[in-house]
Amino acid sequence: MPLLMDTAVTTPNFDTAPINQSLTSEDKLRFLRDMMRIRRFEQGALQQYSQGKIGGFLHVYIGQESVAVGTVSLMGANDHVITAYRDHGHALAVGMNMNECMAELLGKATGCSKGKGGSMHFFAPDKNYWGGHGIVGGQTPLGLGLAYGIKYKGLTGAALCFMGDGATNQGAWYESLNLASLWDLPVVYIIENNQYSMGTSLDRSSAFRSCLAERAAGFAIDWDTCNGEDIYEVRAKTQIAIDRAHKQSRPTVLEIDTYRYYGHSVADAKHKVYRSEEEIERYKQNHDPIRLWKARLISEGVLAEGKYDEMDAAAKAEADESIKFAEASPWPSEASISEDVYFEVDRQTIAGRTGKHFFND
Amino acid sequence: MPEITYREAIRHALAEELERDENVVVIGEEVAEYDGAYKVTEGLWKRFGDKRIVDTPISEAAFIGMGVGASMLGLRPVMELMFWSFATVAWDQIINNAGFVRYMSGGLINCPIVIRGPANGGTGVGATHSHTPENMLANIPGLKVVCPATAYDAKGLLKTAIRDNDPVMFLESTLLYGNLGEVPTEEYLIPLGVADVKREGTDITLIAHGGAVLTALKAAELLAAEHDISAEVVDLRSIRPLDEETILKSVRKTHRAVLIEENKPFCGVGAQISSMLMQKAFDDLDAPVLRISAIDAPAIYSPHLEAKQLPRPTDVIAKVLSIC
Ligand SMILES: Cc1ncc(C[n+]2csc(CCOP(=O)(O)OP(=O)(O)O)c2C)c(N)n1
Ligand SMILES: [Mg+2]
Repeated sequence: MPLLMDTAVTTPNFDTAPINQSLTSEDKLRFLRDMMRIRRFEQGALQQYSQGKIGGFLHVYIGQESVAVGTVSLMGANDHVITAYRDHGHALAVGMNMNECMAELLGKATGCSKGKGGSMHFFAPDKNYWGGHGIVGGQTPLGLGLAYGIKYKGLTGAALCFMGDGATNQGAWYESLNLASLWDLPVVYIIENNQYSMGTSLDRSSAFRSCLAERAAGFAIDWDTCNGEDIYEVRAKTQIAIDRAHKQSRPTVLEIDTYRYYGHSVADAKHKVYRSEEEIERYKQNHDPIRLWKARLISEGVLAEGKYDEMDAAAKAEADESIKFAEASPWPSEASISEDVYFEVDRQTIAGRTGKHFFND
Repeated sequence: MPEITYREAIRHALAEELERDENVVVIGEEVAEYDGAYKVTEGLWKRFGDKRIVDTPISEAAFIGMGVGASMLGLRPVMELMFWSFATVAWDQIINNAGFVRYMSGGLINCPIVIRGPANGGTGVGATHSHTPENMLANIPGLKVVCPATAYDAKGLLKTAIRDNDPVMFLESTLLYGNLGEVPTEEYLIPLGVADVKREGTDITLIAHGGAVLTALKAAELLAAEHDISAEVVDLRSIRPLDEETILKSVRKTHRAVLIEENKPFCGVGAQISSMLMQKAFDDLDAPVLRISAIDAPAIYSPHLEAKQLPRPTDVIAKVLSIC
């Protein structure tokens, strides 16, 4: 297994990858800030959840921040993102603001989906961010469809489709891999391998030789694995996949090793039963992407000690502010339950006014 | 009689049938080592072991289809869907294979499978996780559909479902799992296709299934206390086969009917029953048959509105008052 990294040593040479060499100090600090913002946002969300202000499920991304921030940092105008229900990190990384995200969690009218989607269903098509999908694996054909659209329109772009290790066992993904390869579609499947699908460890859920990504070989798709704790490596390897999509219109499967610190969702009471506290602690101590990036930037002379605390305070203040915003925001109206179902009805077009669309009496 | 939860009642039914018949096997996501996402199967893996209680990867199409195939060889798989909402991924296996294999083989092959799990809204998990597909399933001749509302019914119906030689779709509710109810310690079975009058009354018949039965009972209580209206509550328990006799008997007595379901209205269970009443009880009716269902839109997330999308006792009372 490629997992269970035991030391904090990251392969040193990814900082010399061209895509990383061109980074300015500003860029590097921005990655740090973006990761810290995701963490502070979700810490705020956890607190709101514990106060009963968020319904249903809350799947937090804490521990995995470098994956969203590193990959999304490479996106150009025609690159698109789609992911599963653990979607807050990707949402903030593409530039959605904390206010609309927190308001969505609280089910408010000012939420990114007007309170209709909740935690698992964030969307921002204006930022090339296509959700936020609750059914495991359901986003994988959609990611293929984004790639199909990019190619059909003659654009140079890539669809980054994120999925969990558990999601690799859904059949729809394999049908998608076949089409991606057969039709040369520019999709990049990014497996965020955090080693667990709910309470099931990777070895209990998945059969493979060396890793999950290797399954792509059967479809003649290029694949690679990646240590997710290092932003340089995440960027270097994702860039290779994006280049392949842009230049050859070919798919890639990239498996990024990472780890979630919290339970599968807040409701996961057994997450210290199916894995040990010691394992969680080891990741926090030795593999935390924020901690490691901070150390890296200090050693590079990019980050001064005091600056980190300042950035952290700013991220926390932004999260606190988003909670205030969400709390002060109005609930969606009862009438809004029936809006956004049909385009034609919402716009009251002729089509929308022809025939009966809704059936409560 | 001891009181146990709806969740425990299902667990006891599983344990008794596992004990009774070695062909019974429980299969699904997190059912074994994790003790079930909703703790329905808690303790069963410890007691019955790896062979009888089986954890699966997130591969619904494959494992539901596998259950169908294994049932053709005489196993009695009880498949857990973590949510009935995830059945969409396995729809082909459920509809075409479980539903039609007996018919397509001219009766040569049987499919004694049970597929069970929660199917309800009202828990803040959004549209993708709040499906109530009993009407869609009941639309398939070949499938049986059961929606228990109480612990007693859940246990008796599940045991029958497991012994039934046809595919039975068993729809539970996460909101009912914690509810207590009296359940006898001695063994009992409840046949599929027999409704239960949960409250007797003379002025109007409220017909419901699953969680909506509790809404109907609450409404009936308030109607009696505040409006001097005596409502009879008929719990369908099983949707297909359907106990038309009990429904007709009640409506012939009360001459009025309101149908309540948490599902969406279009071609819902209530639509089938109101058409049946039109045909078979037209002369007995003193008012049009009315229906209440969820507001006709995907399930909204907002915790503030979600409860309003589903039928509430006040909605039932308003409908009843409009015809009483
Ligand atoms: C089709 C389907 N089956 C089951 C579920 C319930 N479920 C939600 S997330 C999850 C685990 C997914 O694990 P993984 O793909 O590794 O992603 P992670 O949660 O680790 O990010 C399960 C079983 C679901 N949402 N959809
Ligand atoms: Mg995982």
